[in-house]
Amino acid sequence: MKFDFIKYRRIFYGLSIGLTIATVILIASFGVKWGIDFTGGSVLSISYNGPLPTSQQINSELLNLGLKEAVVQQQGEKTIVLKMQNITEENHQQIVAKLKEMGSVVEGSESFESIGPVIGNELKGKIKTVVALSLLSILIYIAIAFRKISRPVKSYIYGATGIIALFHDVMIPIGVWAILGKYYGYEITIPIITALLTVFGYSINDTVVVFDRIRENLSREKTASFKEIVNRSLNQTFARSVNTSATVLIVLTTLFLFGGTSLRPFALCLIVGIGLGTYSSIFLASPLVYSYYKLRDLDK
Amino acid sequence: MERKVKNNLIFVGILAVVVFCLVFSNIPNKGLSFFTEKRMPEFPFKLGLDLQGGSHLVYQADFASSSIASADQKEAMQGLRDVIERRVNLFGVSEPQVAIQEAGGGAQRLVVDLSGVTDINKAIEMIGKTPYLDFRQQTVDFNAENLTFEPTTLNGRYLKKADLGFNQQTMAPEILLEFNPEGAELFRQITSQNVGKRLAIFIDNSLISAPNVNEEISGGKAQITGQFTVQEAREMVRNFNSGALPVPINLISQNTVGPSLGMASLNTSLKAGIFGFLAVCLFMIAFYRFGGFLASIALAIYALILLSLFKIIPITLTLAGVGAAILSIGMAVDANVLIFERQKEERKKGENFKTAMENGFKRAWPSIRDSNLTTLLIALVMFVFGSSFVKGFAVALSLGVLVSMFSAIIITRTLVRVFVRK
Repeated sequence: MKFDFIKYRRIFYGLSIGLTIATVILIASFGVKWGIDFTGGSVLSISYNGPLPTSQQINSELLNLGLKEAVVQQQGEKTIVLKMQNITEENHQQIVAKLKEMGSVVEGSESFESIGPVIGNELKGKIKTVVALSLLSILIYIAIAFRKISRPVKSYIYGATGIIALFHDVMIPIGVWAILGKYYGYEITIPIITALLTVFGYSINDTVVVFDRIRENLSREKTASFKEIVNRSLNQTFARSVNTSATVLIVLTTLFLFGGTSLRPFALCLIVGIGLGTYSSIFLASPLVYSYYKLRDLDK
Repeated sequence: MERKVKNNLIFVGILAVVVFCLVFSNIPNKGLSFFTEKRMPEFPFKLGLDLQGGSHLVYQADFASSSIASADQKEAMQGLRDVIERRVNLFGVSEPQVAIQEAGGGAQRLVVDLSGVTDINKAIEMIGKTPYLDFRQQTVDFNAENLTFEPTTLNGRYLKKADLGFNQQTMAPEILLEFNPEGAELFRQITSQNVGKRLAIFIDNSLISAPNVNEEISGGKAQITGQFTVQEAREMVRNFNSGALPVPINLISQNTVGPSLGMASLNTSLKAGIFGFLAVCLFMIAFYRFGGFLASIALAIYALILLSLFKIIPITLTLAGVGAAILSIGMAVDANVLIFERQKEERKKGENFKTAMENGFKRAWPSIRDSNLTTLLIALVMFVFGSSFVKGFAVALSLGVLVSMFSAIIITRTLVRVFVRK
């Protein structure tokens, strides 16, 4: 297989810029929904054999108990999920008792998560630290991994394009989440942040592998032009990049399809992120290095 | 066959048998039952609360409304931990875990993990009913119209036991408290300082009784006479005997999963794991034929090693951990892809088969190492974060990545060397 990645680079840039702009617009207009991990609140889920109580029925009971209305969602065929303000244990028990009166509840199918505002704020702070630490560790990794490639473009340019690609890989899933949040109630929760961090760690490799090959080819072939070398390196690593991501995407797809409702959003976020990571390492990072090379007219 | 390759093959073979027996320990034990009474040790999987059902409760100690000096908070937390542990043990929870956690801003918390309880709500209620008992002395402010009290250092932490008694004159029920030696000494000091004044007994921050102190009381016994029925008194005694709190606590966060929901999550995630494994094997065989078949065998051994490690270490398996283990199946085969692709290339260059194979292994190694390094790096950062989902994910993922490197280098390599010849 021989494909001229450099020739069509503007198409790929256009696609990625388009997607990134769309993401920014989506986040700005829709916003993202933060899960109760960060906002505080309570989520109760329960399954029924037979008919489910309606949202109105449930909310009228909540009002009777002197509570605010809940967002009631159906999950699968048998399960309902109630999202509400942070409630006390006593209220929780009252609600469960009411829910049990409203239909035949599957024994032991209940789950309840309640996060007080204190914990929510703490998690927010912690997650910021973790994201910052991850960024830092990846930056250090990039600085070390790329220091050897310095010809004909400075090593930090490779590093910078790697970071642009990474930014793109993590940004777009957030945009996807803005849409899913708007229409399907998907939230940014701790599992989603975990998925994004995993994408972060995983995606940088694909880029490193290609750059590594460029370095190898540069040192081996003194006569070929930079363009040829970038193209050849991309072609050589293409099957590897696609196949390794394919195996990961396969298991993630089975996790998405069969892994149950709790892991579904998590798997989806990884699928989008890792898919983009593979795309950007091939079609974005290396062509960007070449564009810089051309811009600075390093040919001469 | 070279001697080294032969040794490696034997090693891989033995390893495969051992991990198989560890994971499916019922199979060899069934076999053993025909010959001997002896059995292999069985290591069960340790399941997290989200997979077997259970409750994760976070209580915050409310030191603001208690009299405990900040220097004594640590000790009070120990006392609190013991009291709550005694409570949940009474309830018959299997392996309750009660841990003290220090949060930012000096907040002290108690994290209670209850698993395998059928009626978790009862357990939560039990903990909630633990009384907070403390003694307060009358303030010296004589101008105040009503009696006012200030906290003393004597509280539920020093309680040894409680009994139900009846006042000999009025026949009203009373609660007889007995302090431990430390508490007895405190009680003696407080009573000696407050002769002629009132000493108030508060339960859950409400005044129960405030008898007059006539003289110093040594011996560490006190009684509470209040306006309660025999029934109420009996319940209070029972509550006191399973511990009184040294400091009031508030439930600030909980995560409860019903047992059948946990079971369903376990089943669906296991199913996803098996399907994922099979799909990856199919993919590898379709793309790399015999090499892919060998990689699939290596992957099966990989999965067994990972599961054995989960059992032996043991690592508590949560839904996040299972997710990470499944993800790591995809990542584990990654190293094989790198090797096979590299071998293809080397062969294209016209190297003979054996050199191509060896070069493939050698040249693919830096990529395998680097690609796993960043994932490990991120997993390490996640681990520091400490929230249970993230932690469970990070531990299982790093373990998976480490085992996968071993499996690609040792197992696939050995299998390819032995079975692929031209």
